[in-house]
Amino acid sequence: MSTPATPDLVVSAEQRKRARSVGIAYLALAVVCFVVFTRRAGDAGFKISESSQFTLPAQGFGWVLGIVLIAVAAGQLLRGFGKLSNVVLALATAAFFMSFLAWAAAGDSFSFVGMLQDTVSRSVPITLGAIAGILSERSGVINISIEGMLLASACTSAIGASLTNLWLGTLVGIVTGVALAAVLAVMSIRYKVDQVIVGFAINFFALGVTSFISFRVLVPNRDTMNNLLPVMPIRIPLFADIPFFGQILFDQTIFVYFSFAAVALATWGLYRTKWGLRTRAIGEYPRAAGTLGVDVNKLRYRNLLLAGAVAGVGGAWWPIGIVGRFDQNITNGRGFIALAAVIFGRWHPVGAMCGALVFALAEAVRLKIGNFDTGIPSEFLIMAPYLVTLVVVAGFIGASRAPKAAGQPYEDQ
Amino acid sequence: MHEMKFELRGITKRFPGIVANDNVSLSVSTGEVLALIGENGAGKSTLMNVLYGLYRADEGELLIDGQATQFSSPADAIAAGIGMVHQHFRLVPVMTVAETVVLGVEPTGRLGSLDIVEARRMVREVSDKYHLDLDPDAIIEDLSVGERQRVEIVKVLMRDAKIVVFDEPTAVLTPSEILEFFGIVRSLVAAGRGVIFITHKLKEALDIADRINVLRRGKVVGEALPKNTSESAIAEMMVGRAVLLVVDKVPATPREAMLTLTDVSVVDPDGRTTVDGASFDVRVGEIVCVAGVQGNGQTELVEAIAGMRRVAGGSISLGGKNITGASPRERHAAGMAHVPEDRQRQGLVTELSITENLVLTRYHDAEFSQGIRMKWDVANAKSRELVAAYDIRTTDPSQPASTLSGGNQQKVIVARELSRETRVVVAAQPTRGIDVGSIEYVHAQIVKERDAGRAVLVVSTELDEVMSLADRVLVMYRGKIVADVDPKKVSHMDIGLYMAGSRPAGAVAS
Repeated sequence: MSTPATPDLVVSAEQRKRARSVGIAYLALAVVCFVVFTRRAGDAGFKISESSQFTLPAQGFGWVLGIVLIAVAAGQLLRGFGKLSNVVLALATAAFFMSFLAWAAAGDSFSFVGMLQDTVSRSVPITLGAIAGILSERSGVINISIEGMLLASACTSAIGASLTNLWLGTLVGIVTGVALAAVLAVMSIRYKVDQVIVGFAINFFALGVTSFISFRVLVPNRDTMNNLLPVMPIRIPLFADIPFFGQILFDQTIFVYFSFAAVALATWGLYRTKWGLRTRAIGEYPRAAGTLGVDVNKLRYRNLLLAGAVAGVGGAWWPIGIVGRFDQNITNGRGFIALAAVIFGRWHPVGAMCGALVFALAEAVRLKIGNFDTGIPSEFLIMAPYLVTLVVVAGFIGASRAPKAAGQPYEDQ
Repeated sequence: MHEMKFELRGITKRFPGIVANDNVSLSVSTGEVLALIGENGAGKSTLMNVLYGLYRADEGELLIDGQATQFSSPADAIAAGIGMVHQHFRLVPVMTVAETVVLGVEPTGRLGSLDIVEARRMVREVSDKYHLDLDPDAIIEDLSVGERQRVEIVKVLMRDAKIVVFDEPTAVLTPSEILEFFGIVRSLVAAGRGVIFITHKLKEALDIADRINVLRRGKVVGEALPKNTSESAIAEMMVGRAVLLVVDKVPATPREAMLTLTDVSVVDPDGRTTVDGASFDVRVGEIVCVAGVQGNGQTELVEAIAGMRRVAGGSISLGGKNITGASPRERHAAGMAHVPEDRQRQGLVTELSITENLVLTRYHDAEFSQGIRMKWDVANAKSRELVAAYDIRTTDPSQPASTLSGGNQQKVIVARELSRETRVVVAAQPTRGIDVGSIEYVHAQIVKERDAGRAVLVVSTELDEVMSLADRVLVMYRGKIVADVDPKKVSHMDIGLYMAGSRPAGAVAS
């Protein structure tokens, strides 16, 4: 007796489709190499430490990469790379990225290591926002209000830190995040309001209130209420001396180390502890946990408040971790990018951090590129992180599976 | 294991507008099987939810070994030694057996870390002791229904339940799985545990129970010992009047083929072939039943016939006319009546009134409308006529269909579909979830349709229904029609084997 069509066949049909579009994408990249990256002559210097740098000839690299990409595209379209296809994709993307930098910096030099260091720093709020999102959605509550939580806690922590000290300022930010999370929790768990609507409301509430505070309170009292010295980087002895990577990873502010720790803890917690097992259960099929005596709603409350606290630290990063003050709408959509990072990472903390790094890289590149006369309008460059979000979420992730119960209120029986 | 007696005394539970349990008392001890039998809506589930701490009773008390106790959550019930296997399994599909089973009683190491090694050992221990044959590392969504039920059993045993409640445990099982399940129940009882077995299947209650309690409209209306009673006696207690359990019909006299399927295949959006080359005829004057365990392609087959799903290959014809690509309305006009499987989602618009539902397939006919104007006076008259003719229990046909009981909702659909000239009747699970009285009625209507010269196709997962209603039985397994047999010439067990994908000894290939 023959069995019905096996799922394998289906996957491979979908894979074929994806392989074809990836192949076409390689061709498109090759065209960009030929048409754009070969236009600017000169060597580009990539500084990889205070004193050393390597150089890439912008035009030559563009020609070579273009030819290599055509070969790769041919390989991809004709027979595929099997298990190696993701590796090839990553390598090609990285090479294209380097060629882009070489083109932008042709005839000049810039701090490559500084750009990556900046990337890691800028990933902090996105990573922490993504962890807040993971904690919520793994528990079965859709949380699109991360943006609002980041923004509100950025505002309150700036005021708190200006009036007292950095630690208390951060604490004020955490309390703010928890308070907004409590609103989301009560509305969605107790009153079973549509979670997306509540999230929107919180976002606009945070934008409105912080804009008001910014104009009416902070601008007139700039020196007393919105003026602080952000934290300094902490060099981790020995580790910071590792060539290249030391400066990127271990010469950073406490916020960066906190976000590394948060990712590690969240991963261990979700997959290796009792709490994590229960959390994943109530996000997938709460009734299973509920009938076994797990208090579903209580755990959802707890996890949401925890998510608010994590987002609170993420918000405090702006005034206390880097800028030294609060500006209107300072988060500028990073909370939504954090949501994209959640999806990019398939609801796994490590994956989400990778997503956050990709988005932060786009931002760090934009800041560097702005210094060169590339002819790209600055408005276009500001778009870059969002464009990357769109491309990554639409093109590279495709369909992914959210926790099943996300968005559904839980009722006993 | 020490003895335990669990008792419910005078339990009353009210919901707005309804008394779900009315002064119900029952008791069960370790070492015995109590069957709780009653129709849907008789209050079985409410009672079990009270017992399991999910509902608080308005009156009455729970006693353990004579001591009054109170459960305010499932955790209390579990701690007191009550375990429940729900009809719809409470398992997390993406987790492993070990993970989902230890939820709530997780073995932990330092800092609250999960001791998955110990969890696996616990599963293996219980699984070995009761011969449940489960792999602790299997992912739940890969398991068969029977295996998932065994995971549920491990779950309650791991919590050391002394009384295990099974809510409609056999509804999703094949006949051979049911036998296996009964074996597990017997070994539980032999190991000194008590079992409450909730069911609406009379035969199973008689087979496995030591005592039977019958529930009707929230009250315990009778208690019986299996050896002193019969199916019809219990059915009478359940419904409150004598019920005809066997379908009353004369032998079929089939004539020409009316509905013909030729090599029909259906592929679902995930690319899975759900109906795989089905070919058969349904002739005028016969009832063909499609048997099979739920999820073997019956739903998709019916949807393909009714025009709700595109076929990937093959053809369907009605009275010699090819209708493979026809829309549901075209099929309807060609004389097809369709009683869909999902009453509330496909059969009715429950927010609309009974009258509106009754004309839902014909509102565009000249009889009921003129241009964009509905002739409500005609529709209302028709509705009153159908309500009377089909014994739909309502005081006011302008009420929403959602106010009707399941049985009466089904009568609305049956009335709408059968009250016109049809040639083929396609009914999917026509008696699922409706009371014994309504079942009797629906069966009689189906036989009447046959005798009136229509071709009738019935899909049912209830083997008893198939065997008593069908003139010919087709068995579906993994999308294929694997048997085409005369129900008078084969046994329940043979059909059961076909349903499980094997072939009875001595059977010839169909």
